[in-house]
Amino acid sequence: VKDSMRGLAVFISDIRNCKSKEAEEKRINKELANIRSKFKGDKALDGYQKKKYVCKLLFIFLLGNDIDFGHMEAVNLLNSNKYTEKQIGYLFISVLISENNELMRLVQQNLKNDLASRNPVHVNLALECIANIGSKEMAEMFAPEIPKLLVMGDAGDTVKQSAALCLLKLFRTAPEMVPLGDWTSRVIHLLNDQHMGVVTAAVSLIEALVKRNPDDFKGCVSLSISRLARIVTSSYTDLQDYTYYFVPAPWLSVKLLRLLQNYPPPEDTTVRNRLAECLETILNKAVEPPKSKKVQHSNAKNAVLFEAISLIIHMDSDPSLLVRACSQLGQFLSNRETNLRYLALESMCLLATSEFSHDAVKRHQETVVTALKSERDVSVRQRAVDLLYAMCDRSNAEEIVGEMLTYLETADYSIRGELVLKIAILAEKYASDYTWYVDTILNLIRLAGDFVSEEVWYRVIQIVINREDVQAYAAKTVFEALEAPACHENMVKVGGYILGEFGNLIAGDARSSPSTQFQLLHGKFHLCSPPTRALLLSAYIKLVNLFPEIREDIIAVLESDANLRNSNVEIQQRASEYLSLARNSTQDVLATVLEEMPPFPERESSILAQLRKKKPAVEDAIRVRGEKQQQRPASGAADGAAASAAPIAATPASGGGGGVKLQGDIAGAESNTDSDLLGLDFGGSAPAAAAGGGGAGGGSVDLLSSILDVGVSSSSSSSAAPSAASGASAQRKTVVVGAGASGSIVGEENWHKFVCKNSGVLYENDILQVGVKCDYQQSSGRIVVYYGNKTPAPLAQFASVINLPDSSLTNQLGIQVKPVGDRVGASEQVNEVITVDCMAEFFACPLLNIRFVYSGVAQSITLKLPLTINKFMQSSEMDSATFFQHWKQLSQPEQECQKIFQAKFPMDAETTKTKILGFGFSLLSNIDSNPANFVGAGIVQTKSGNIGSLFRLEPNQQAQMYRLTVHSIKPGVSKRLCELLETQI
Amino acid sequence: MIGGLFIYNHKGEVLISRVYRDDIGREAVDAFRVNVIHARQQVRSPVSSIGRTSFFHVKRSNIWLCAVAKKNVSASLVFQFLYKMIEVMVSYFGKINEENIKNNFVLIYELLDELLDYGYPQNTDTGVLKTYITQQGVRAQTKEETTRITNQVTGQIAWRREGIKYRRNELFLDVIESVNLLMSPQGQVLSAHVSGRVRMKSYLSGMPECKFGINDKVVVDSRRGGGAGEASGGGGGKSGHIAIDDCQFHQCVKLSKFDTEHSISFIPPDGEFELMTYRTTKDISLPFRVIPLVRETGRSGMEVKVVVKSNFKPSLLAQKVEVRIPTPLNTSGVQVVCMKGRARYKASDNAIVWKIKRMGGMKELQLSAEIDMLSSTDKAKKWTRPPISMNFEVPFAPSGFKVRYLKVFESKLNYSDHDVIKWVRYIGKSGFYETRC
Repeated sequence: VKDSMRGLAVFISDIRNCKSKEAEEKRINKELANIRSKFKGDKALDGYQKKKYVCKLLFIFLLGNDIDFGHMEAVNLLNSNKYTEKQIGYLFISVLISENNELMRLVQQNLKNDLASRNPVHVNLALECIANIGSKEMAEMFAPEIPKLLVMGDAGDTVKQSAALCLLKLFRTAPEMVPLGDWTSRVIHLLNDQHMGVVTAAVSLIEALVKRNPDDFKGCVSLSISRLARIVTSSYTDLQDYTYYFVPAPWLSVKLLRLLQNYPPPEDTTVRNRLAECLETILNKAVEPPKSKKVQHSNAKNAVLFEAISLIIHMDSDPSLLVRACSQLGQFLSNRETNLRYLALESMCLLATSEFSHDAVKRHQETVVTALKSERDVSVRQRAVDLLYAMCDRSNAEEIVGEMLTYLETADYSIRGELVLKIAILAEKYASDYTWYVDTILNLIRLAGDFVSEEVWYRVIQIVINREDVQAYAAKTVFEALEAPACHENMVKVGGYILGEFGNLIAGDARSSPSTQFQLLHGKFHLCSPPTRALLLSAYIKLVNLFPEIREDIIAVLESDANLRNSNVEIQQRASEYLSLARNSTQDVLATVLEEMPPFPERESSILAQLRKKKPAVEDAIRVRGEKQQQRPASGAADGAAASAAPIAATPASGGGGGVKLQGDIAGAESNTDSDLLGLDFGGSAPAAAAGGGGAGGGSVDLLSSILDVGVSSSSSSSAAPSAASGASAQRKTVVVGAGASGSIVGEENWHKFVCKNSGVLYENDILQVGVKCDYQQSSGRIVVYYGNKTPAPLAQFASVINLPDSSLTNQLGIQVKPVGDRVGASEQVNEVITVDCMAEFFACPLLNIRFVYSGVAQSITLKLPLTINKFMQSSEMDSATFFQHWKQLSQPEQECQKIFQAKFPMDAETTKTKILGFGFSLLSNIDSNPANFVGAGIVQTKSGNIGSLFRLEPNQQAQMYRLTVHSIKPGVSKRLCELLETQI
Repeated sequence: MIGGLFIYNHKGEVLISRVYRDDIGREAVDAFRVNVIHARQQVRSPVSSIGRTSFFHVKRSNIWLCAVAKKNVSASLVFQFLYKMIEVMVSYFGKINEENIKNNFVLIYELLDELLDYGYPQNTDTGVLKTYITQQGVRAQTKEETTRITNQVTGQIAWRREGIKYRRNELFLDVIESVNLLMSPQGQVLSAHVSGRVRMKSYLSGMPECKFGINDKVVVDSRRGGGAGEASGGGGGKSGHIAIDDCQFHQCVKLSKFDTEHSISFIPPDGEFELMTYRTTKDISLPFRVIPLVRETGRSGMEVKVVVKSNFKPSLLAQKVEVRIPTPLNTSGVQVVCMKGRARYKASDNAIVWKIKRMGGMKELQLSAEIDMLSSTDKAKKWTRPPISMNFEVPFAPSGFKVRYLKVFESKLNYSDHDVIKWVRYIGKSGFYETRC
């Protein structure tokens, strides 16, 4: 044959004979120079030579060298009519020419010509090249063309085959480029093609297209079923070329089965029966003795079988098929092939979720459990765990959980975390006896404490608190568990919490006397991390309440420097708060504050969410199927119901007479770990408690709010602070202004208080309490307005609007409001955040209009928002020289403002100082010759510039008069500051 | 210390493997092969650390020599040893290549036993080794011989045995220098240095003491100033004295004497050895100057003109002159014209190689070439012109190094300095002698 290209063969053998890399490089350099001179030479090269050199270049490129010439020659080869030359040209192009090469245009032109060629070989080459390049540009250019080839009547089989695959490739790169049109219906008919290759290619294409719009291709279902039927029923001799180790067309069968999984089971009964027959035949074939001992035979057969089973599972309609599939998989469970076992377990997981085959799967429980124990491959063991989880129901839960617990001891570290979650979920879901549940979880913590996530032990506590019948048992069990010399920190947490709550239930037993309990807990204290210690401290104070006799011991612990002066703020604070609580309060107060936890509101178990996060794919599959099952009104409802959350009913927490709750401890300590897991929300419950306390106003409330004051003012939990403030000021306030008529401004007195301070109650009547807390930084501020509903009925249509009485205010202030919901529930508190930017100096005061409907009567309250210019003032320090220099500079008549007025409050120097500092001015000493006079400076910061201000206040004790002089850069500001300060002193 | 020593061929097959310490296992052999010899990227560092083990390698033609150490050893010691070992092997069986190593593997193992003991370098002197490791098969040694060898090896002068006798006392001295240069196209010297070696072949009777004098500035100054070398600081060069940056001596040189008296005195080993190595960077007389002229004529052509000037005494003759002019990577054809010698385009090296057999001093030769190029499809890649390099050999020392005297004293035997026949030869070779264009 002339096409052997001797030069190329010689070159390749030269390269292979090279002793060293250097020698190889030299040979390549020589060859490249030769090719360059040949390409450059004046003599035109014939096609054969061009092909040869392009081939050499290709070979050099594949050896890892850069090729930067010869592209033109390769493109020239495309014009040739010889197959080999064209082929090499296309090969070079698909390997070497980058997408944005300028030669691409030429290539595209050539591709176009070849696509239109009458020679099917040329068309095929072009299609292959398009697919190999497969760029977006190619898709844009050829995607509309190729479908024509696909459905053209006279096109050859190979062209159709290539066209289908090429289109598939383009569809994958740029699905939007492939137009859908009337050809789609004709593509479906390719399934009926005589040529198996065409059918295989077409199925691949259709499967990709079906994913985009399944409705267009509905017709393919019956066609593929009949095609499948023909393959399945044929003997292996029928499809000579497409029989692989005695299995007729395995790839095509798999693809057809997969295609069918995109659709629900066919509605037409004949079609459905036909499909069922097919699947049955496949199942039958699996049982037949193998025709060959070769591994390829069994692989091909099993591939078809597994795909058939997943189709059966997908349809989920034929019980007999499902059961047969299950028994077939059961045989695989004990197969020697690891891969088969894995696949069998995986498919069984899906089967287990089907109502028809669930029981059939359960029959294999024993095999699965042995697999779990004896399997060598960790991934198979993992699947076995999944399957156990999936097949678990009320009847076998205890057994399965028991097996899983035994396995946990020896399980691989990689799957322990998941295993723990699964055990926890199963135990909770199918717990008929809660002592069993508690035992299981405690066992879990004991066996694999490190893998027990927070959610798991939160859940135990939640359940123990909600179920009165297990409380005593739980306390006893944790006590026993804690008696072990070494126990996991999670165990200590659970133990601390439960003993703190229910320690009294086992105190009667001499072995678990109060002091023993305390000593037991405290014995673990030193080994624990700060969060656990903090929790234990809370448990101790609870113990003080439960057992007054060990109060002194606990006080000693709280008092110790290790706690009271701990470097950890949380521990330190708890120690000091609990210490004063334990020392100073009466038993009544203790009992109120440290009352037993109210039951938790019931929610979906967060552990499930956790598991889902860990293993999205499998879990979702199971879940989706689970849901599907529930939607079906069929008989298997019993199992479906079991899938919903734990059957525990609990009443929501009542608002009255709350207190410091251990609940808060958990939420507070774990607030950074995104824990709405236990279903507790400190931010919501604490203010409610405080509001409730304020409303009740009993003897204990005094103490309560003072505790709150001490405790929470420095608390790390930010949401607790405002509630304390409002609670505390509720005590101080004496005058209550009645509900004013709508429109008139109320709460003027309170407003004045806010000139010098930043938080407090702005307004209060029988229905509503409005608290304000603000903080300012330079020219911006944040005002949080708290609306507390004091009534036992909700306020409906709640809305608040900010009015700017002076239109110039819109330019001076930038106000943004994060509005509240339109409803304030009974005894609830909501807050509204207002952000303010001071653009320029302002003199008027924004108004806050609150509207709501209370017991059918619309109410409207208008309040002055405590937003004054001095809020944006920052004190500034200066020496006397600078002060007087500024003072003189600002002595224009409009910059100066002086007022002489009667003192409104007793003239006490210290109070005045505090007020002035709160107002925003600094206090400068040693400037005025008279030490009784007050002198100071401040800078009002606005977005448009800073306004320096100075003041001098001369008290006259005899006349009870003040003379106030304010100098400021901007006219008006001095006057306003003067007015504001006047009201305060 | 050195834990093991391996020799590989270019394919990475182990030819010689000798493990000295237990901490080096079999896997070390494979680790080096996989990570260095068969590495995807060429490993350029001579030291590689793989899995807490250090591998020091040297490559000679296609052979890899690799020393392995688990401990933190002095790298320079290891390399010194490797080079020494190559020297020993060369003196035993000539060129180092796969075939020679395969043919002499018994000898090599024998040598390795002798050269290293528990990883510590022992005697590496060829002369001494040859007295008891021979290629003549196993020879039964008499008792006297063994004691003599033992005495010598463990004695004070391990490198020379007693009782050598020659009828003619002869001494050969070669000063071999290699010049390294990098020059800008405009003729500005960017960097230049000379590394030189003094090799000696001695055929002297008895235990002679030699004194060697060179024109090193320090040595000369100290001599003149009466032992204090601080007087003249900067006025070197003209006086014919050179400034040696650093030098190294054979172990036979008495370093204490060099330190105190700045004199080089020694009892030479018998036969060939390297007396000293040195390096200078100042006042180098460059034997050749290359003047390149490159003109690009459009995208598909280039004209190169190279002038070579010899810059030494007309009476001297340079040999083996070779100029290597790199050509662009897309060269498709070259026409070369040169006045003297032979010039050829070597496609395998991407260079024009111009060979001149002999060239006298103060001459000027020219070559001009026209290069055709194939326009490349990839315009972004520009050819970075590599420098023009040169090879040559000249019969003088470019650093100006001179042997002032070499005296031989032998008190016990009856010959004086005058009776010894001495030969001195200077050879200047090119190292990396490159001019940018």
